[in-house]
Amino acid sequence: MIPPALQLRNIHKRYGSTTALAGAALAVEWGETHALLGENGAGKSTLLRIAGGLERADGGPIEVGGGRAVIRSPRDARRLGIGMVHQHPTSIPSLTVAENIALTAGWRVQPREIRGRVLELSGALGLPIDPDSYAGRLPIALKQRLEILKALAARARILLLDEPTAVLAPLEAEELLRVLTGFAGVGNAVVIVTHKLREALSAASRVTVLRHGAVTLVGNSDTETPDSVSRAMLGGAGRPEPSATRSDARTSEPPAIRLQALDVARDGRYGIALRGAALSVLPGEIVGIAAVEGAGQRELMRAVAGLIEPLRGVLEVRQPVAFVPEDRTTEGLILPLSLAENMVLGMGEQAPGVAGALVSWKAASAATADLIARFGMTAAGPEAQAGTLSGGNQQKLVLARALARNPKVIVAENPTRGLDVAAAAEVHRRLREAAAGGTAVLFHSSDLDELLALSDRLVVASGGVLREPERRDRDLVGRMMIGAA
Amino acid sequence: MNARPGRGRVVAPLLIVAASLAGLAGVLAIAGYDPVLALGALWRGSLGSFDAFASGTLVRATPLILIALGFALALRGGMLNIGAEGQFLAGAMAAAWLGVHLAGWPSLLAIPATWVVAFAAGLIWVVVPVVLRVRYGVLEVISTLLLNFVAEALVSFMVQGPLQERSGIYPQSDPIADAARLPLLPGTRLHLGIVLAILLAAALWFYFSRTLGGFRLLAVGTGPRAAAITGRIDVTRTAALALLVSGGIAGLAGAAEVGGVAYALYPNLSPGYGFTAIAVALLARLHPGAIIVTGVLFGALETGAGAMQRDAGIPAVIVYVVEAVIILALLLADARRTARSPAVAGAA
Repeated sequence: MIPPALQLRNIHKRYGSTTALAGAALAVEWGETHALLGENGAGKSTLLRIAGGLERADGGPIEVGGGRAVIRSPRDARRLGIGMVHQHPTSIPSLTVAENIALTAGWRVQPREIRGRVLELSGALGLPIDPDSYAGRLPIALKQRLEILKALAARARILLLDEPTAVLAPLEAEELLRVLTGFAGVGNAVVIVTHKLREALSAASRVTVLRHGAVTLVGNSDTETPDSVSRAMLGGAGRPEPSATRSDARTSEPPAIRLQALDVARDGRYGIALRGAALSVLPGEIVGIAAVEGAGQRELMRAVAGLIEPLRGVLEVRQPVAFVPEDRTTEGLILPLSLAENMVLGMGEQAPGVAGALVSWKAASAATADLIARFGMTAAGPEAQAGTLSGGNQQKLVLARALARNPKVIVAENPTRGLDVAAAAEVHRRLREAAAGGTAVLFHSSDLDELLALSDRLVVASGGVLREPERRDRDLVGRMMIGAA
Repeated sequence: MNARPGRGRVVAPLLIVAASLAGLAGVLAIAGYDPVLALGALWRGSLGSFDAFASGTLVRATPLILIALGFALALRGGMLNIGAEGQFLAGAMAAAWLGVHLAGWPSLLAIPATWVVAFAAGLIWVVVPVVLRVRYGVLEVISTLLLNFVAEALVSFMVQGPLQERSGIYPQSDPIADAARLPLLPGTRLHLGIVLAILLAAALWFYFSRTLGGFRLLAVGTGPRAAAITGRIDVTRTAALALLVSGGIAGLAGAAEVGGVAYALYPNLSPGYGFTAIAVALLARLHPGAIIVTGVLFGALETGAGAMQRDAGIPAVIVYVVEAVIILALLLADARRTARSPAVAGAA
């Protein structure tokens, strides 16, 4: 019997008083694509990071290819043929694609030679990329492709990927998963951390589910169902049904958002991102924007949120507007500051405890403690640093803060990115609640399923133009997103 | 370096200071000096008597506290003002220039007038770095630092040219008018500047901890993107203003030194106040109240060093070594704490 490519057994890991892993395990065979599933905080990233040498387990043996392995650093992992692809790009933005790859793989830096090797590698794997582009200028999908190429150039045979499809459009995601299963199929091994059940079951051959740091399910993807997997993730509760879409749109009232012939410049660069956009959103209506990266949805969201001045056209938005930015860790929250401070950051003069130019932190803390309780956040208290919260709780904080101002309009970019099923459902519930109360919701998501589940109405942004599909149909919308329909 | 003012992190700095002094004693013993005699002299010359404390330590601490407060204000907004030395000299130049022309004015007008021009001069000294930073992204660390040398050269030029004393022999200005001199605490050399320093510390403490503006400045310094997008704060403007005011405060320190101690402008007016003050602010973790304490501490060290040199024959520069050790130890402690805190991203 061939020993497994990667085997972690009875892994324990604690951070201070929190237990991240309590006897977790993972076994990946050669030739297999393995999906690692779990809620936020279930420990799946931690387990992956231990295998990749970024964290050290408190206890538990690791075997690579049947031999006992000591992985103290990413360098050790690389030597053992383990390559890690992070959720956030780790390339050096001011170097080219070829230079970044050469740097990781330890190639001698000779411009012409590394260029050729990169072209060869990317051609062989079916991951085309321009070796001369600067890493910092690549669109997000290509940035990720670069990360994968870096790992493979360093001769990785076991590839670990943390949420690889979170930033990709549906077609890009399918394409990537096809390449990964192809890579595994020729005698390598791939581990994907994900929270998308559908994707895990269709792309992976086996799945491992973690809950509270321990394994609750290991199975073959053709025998497991979305139901069985989500029960393992949530502990018996099963997948929360997306509540039936029932529009709360108030047709008798004037629209809360109205744009006409709106042109918006590209954010941070030259050029026009949005051209002649027309859209109106009624109070109580939830409108979802489907788009691939760079189709103008970002500029649309930010123009409506009042962060970008449009070039020309009509833009009427009822105030106050609450904005939920895409990247909660750098745009939505200041992680070293406390929860109360983050509340005051987002609410400004309207924050509890703020009177004119003065702040009473006692009052702000009390009000924040109240919100923590009402939104069921897991946090040490209003004085805890925002950075100590899990992703789901951080997003709850962002949302709680947005809703606390009783906004007439909520603009949300990828409001459930990186959240697990339960946390995402909670976000959806809160947004629906706000809509039922008469708030207009405009949101974008790179997850088509989420768009279909949450929105009353779908609008596709493609190449800077907004269009409404004739039917709420997955394939039609998918094709419209890439400009093929 | 941490832009965040201290919260219950007072113990580590105190330990570091104590350890550094013990280290100093050890080094002195090894070098063949009598550590008891040396530290005794250090103590007598700085804190051992009321006169040493008021006329020595506090006078020395005044510019350190003022400059450190300005440095803390800028760093809270994420701006690293390494050029206080130059801004101090700019303020001193302005105060001396005005001061010599104020004969016959009432002190009640003359002193505020020198303070206003010195504040303006210090502020103007940072205008170039601010413009370079805002328009071209030139790091203020570099531009403020380089302008220190320009300020030094300008002082040399002034005291041998336009501002030189009447006889034209000495490289210094005429003494400033009596009206522009700061009142002293009777029987000591302690001048009004210390009151200014304490009032400013109180005002900054209030601004930092009780006002929305003070909090927004912190937000700009710790998370500029979130400050702009979620806080809707004009980040560039806020940080630029903080840097400008920080320069003004350093200029004010220059006026206090000319009006309270030097009574004239001459080269080497500052024994590195602008740099020592950075250490003062960092050791206090940017907390205005703590800056008074660390300012007095460093003032005591530098004043006592003179006594140590006189009484025990130990070169005074040794205390600069102690100061450096304190800062390095502090940075090391900070780095270790950062490394030990649980990985924020690792829990997902």
